[in-house]
Amino acid sequence: MRTDVLVVGAGGAGLSAAIAAKESGANVIVVTKEYPTRSQTCMAQGGINAVLYGEDTIKNHIADTLKSAKGLADEAAVETMCKNAPDAIAWLDSIGVVFSRTKDKRIAQRRLGGASHPRACYAQDYTGLKILHTLFDYANKLDITFANERYLLELIVEEGVCKGALFLNIRNGEIETITANSVVLATGGYSKLYQNHSTNSKAASGDGIAAAYRAGAKLRNMEFVQFHPTALKSSAILISESARGAGGKLLNSKKERFVDELKPRDEVSLAIYEEMAKGEEIFLDITHLGEAFINEELPQERKLALLYEGVDPLEEPLPIKPAAHYTMGGIAVEATMQSSIERLYAVGECSESRVHGANRLGGNSLLEIVVFGKIAGKNAAQTPTNSLHDLQAHIDSAQAKIQTLFAKEPKRNFYEAKQKLADLFYEKCGIVRKKDDLQEVLDYIDEVQGSLELYGIADKTKRYNTNFVDYLEFENMLQIAKTVASAALANEKSVGAHRRGDV
Amino acid sequence: MKIKIKRENGFVEYKTKSLLTLLETLEEIKATQEPSLAFSHGCRSSVCGSCAVRVNEKEVLACAHKVQEGDVVEPLKNMEVLKDLVVDAQNPLRTLERSGAHLQRYEEVALDYDDEKRNALQSDCILCGSCYSACPVFSVNEAFLGPFALTRVWRYVSDKREGEPKTKIDAIQQNGVWDCTLCNECTLVCPQGISPKQDIEKLRAKSSQFGYMDPSFGSFGGGFGAGFGGGFDGSPQF
Repeated sequence: MRTDVLVVGAGGAGLSAAIAAKESGANVIVVTKEYPTRSQTCMAQGGINAVLYGEDTIKNHIADTLKSAKGLADEAAVETMCKNAPDAIAWLDSIGVVFSRTKDKRIAQRRLGGASHPRACYAQDYTGLKILHTLFDYANKLDITFANERYLLELIVEEGVCKGALFLNIRNGEIETITANSVVLATGGYSKLYQNHSTNSKAASGDGIAAAYRAGAKLRNMEFVQFHPTALKSSAILISESARGAGGKLLNSKKERFVDELKPRDEVSLAIYEEMAKGEEIFLDITHLGEAFINEELPQERKLALLYEGVDPLEEPLPIKPAAHYTMGGIAVEATMQSSIERLYAVGECSESRVHGANRLGGNSLLEIVVFGKIAGKNAAQTPTNSLHDLQAHIDSAQAKIQTLFAKEPKRNFYEAKQKLADLFYEKCGIVRKKDDLQEVLDYIDEVQGSLELYGIADKTKRYNTNFVDYLEFENMLQIAKTVASAALANEKSVGAHRRGDV
Repeated sequence: MKIKIKRENGFVEYKTKSLLTLLETLEEIKATQEPSLAFSHGCRSSVCGSCAVRVNEKEVLACAHKVQEGDVVEPLKNMEVLKDLVVDAQNPLRTLERSGAHLQRYEEVALDYDDEKRNALQSDCILCGSCYSACPVFSVNEAFLGPFALTRVWRYVSDKREGEPKTKIDAIQQNGVWDCTLCNECTLVCPQGISPKQDIEKLRAKSSQFGYMDPSFGSFGGGFGAGFGGGFDGSPQF
């Protein structure tokens, strides 16, 4: 297959890019390993930041973002994002997003952590879901082509220029190629490295970042992982910040409070971590908020707590822990959203676009995917036609790798290794990092990568082989894990979400 | 605990440790005893719409179903099974394009709180396909637009910003609003508490405002004026 612009990933970033490219006159194909509306974007609840009305200013938005980023954001990039925010909201309104409204016909806004004003536009508790589905409806209106259930194997890069990608068609097990004038990666973050210590979807395995890294793209700030303070203990299901905003208390096993619950995420997570290190179990107590409030404001949370922990938050405190929630690091991109590889663009959580720095501000990730998604799509659409020298060589190489994998008999269970990596990561490359711990993590990664011939897939069928897909995700996670732990080891300065406990 | 899962060659019984949700149980089976077991999943929080299956003949989200001894797990109906519990969601999703489920022409209107609430529930849809699976119309009419697509059309038709509601209504006359039997199965299985049946009734009323009427009344030799068909919401179709 051939197209002008190939977009990999169909979350908010991918759809925004695809829409912009299509509206610029390019032919577009969007490829996803799932279906468009199933991506991580649907889980975003809080809101999307934009200065819309008089009380707030774009200058405030820029200042709050830079402050939260703790020196690691680029002022020009932040300015681009914040200045374009009002237009982004107007555009989302024009395609039909059902934002919450006030009685006086304004788009409702609420204040999220770290913001000096109520700035996050929201759609009840489903902001990401409603934006994502509306983008999908609009993409259908534009007749954008989707290729679903295709897993990114490798990018096709020749002499430093990206010319397309190879995919596994999950449905039939065949390799498919899509060549293009430019490629936009919008494949999401890597929080799922932490498995059941992450709030994220199963799909957040960093496939696009790993493929770009293998192709030689530069990554940036990989050690910066944002931990959300309150996820359910056994499942890491998110309990929204509004629970603390409304007066929820954090308690240890002795039923004592130990931190100001309204501090920023990184500080609350750290306080919980320190308490847990002393052997305490941590609970979020919202029993005093009463049934009416919980049913009105936190109905999802009550249902999920009952289901996953067997605890009714009306009756008793919820056992919680901090969990990996958002990854700031990713593929290094310039203001055009182009990576260090020519014609390879990256946008959204898979990219590092210098707006989140050391700590993402709540409400800025949905904003980033819309504003920068459009920039990526527009720029990608303007690339002239290119030519490919040797497509077959790329296919042969991917085919050979798959054949090797299918030929080996697994002696070790990679699902176990994936979980062990996640446990190690949570414990030793989580909220507080130390040299010896990070070295231990790296040693484990090296050990697994050095013995990959022992890991493999038991299911050798071609049709819809999810054992195979899980394995591919596992290999990507190992590669990403190595870059995260190495970056954490190299960076001895504690800043934002990266905290060293030994220097 | 034992549960039965419908696989390629019929039902297979699995013995697993006791876990809270069906999704965790499926993951446990896959990781420890049956690597080839295929099922779809994503967010675990009932919002991505990936993991709908049928348990004891009722549509549920695997991530929201508390697993019980003896549960019988099957793939959704009215869709092609790709493998085990994985179904082809592509055809169902195409109903969104066929029904024109998008904002046709934006009219700049400042919405207020009540406008927002008008279709907030309909836009909670996660496209899990449960309603599509439970709908009996597909067994007699494969071309039916189906419950979630029609709910989504209502979501746009009812939006004050929609400048061309008639275009939306025109697109759902064939294999659309009048083909529904109003049996309400869709409402009963929706994990988001949406009632496509009610949305279809509202679309019928809107259709009659634009001069459409229930085509099944035509065979009775007329007698009902145009614009009257919508008044028969809730009555069984002949």
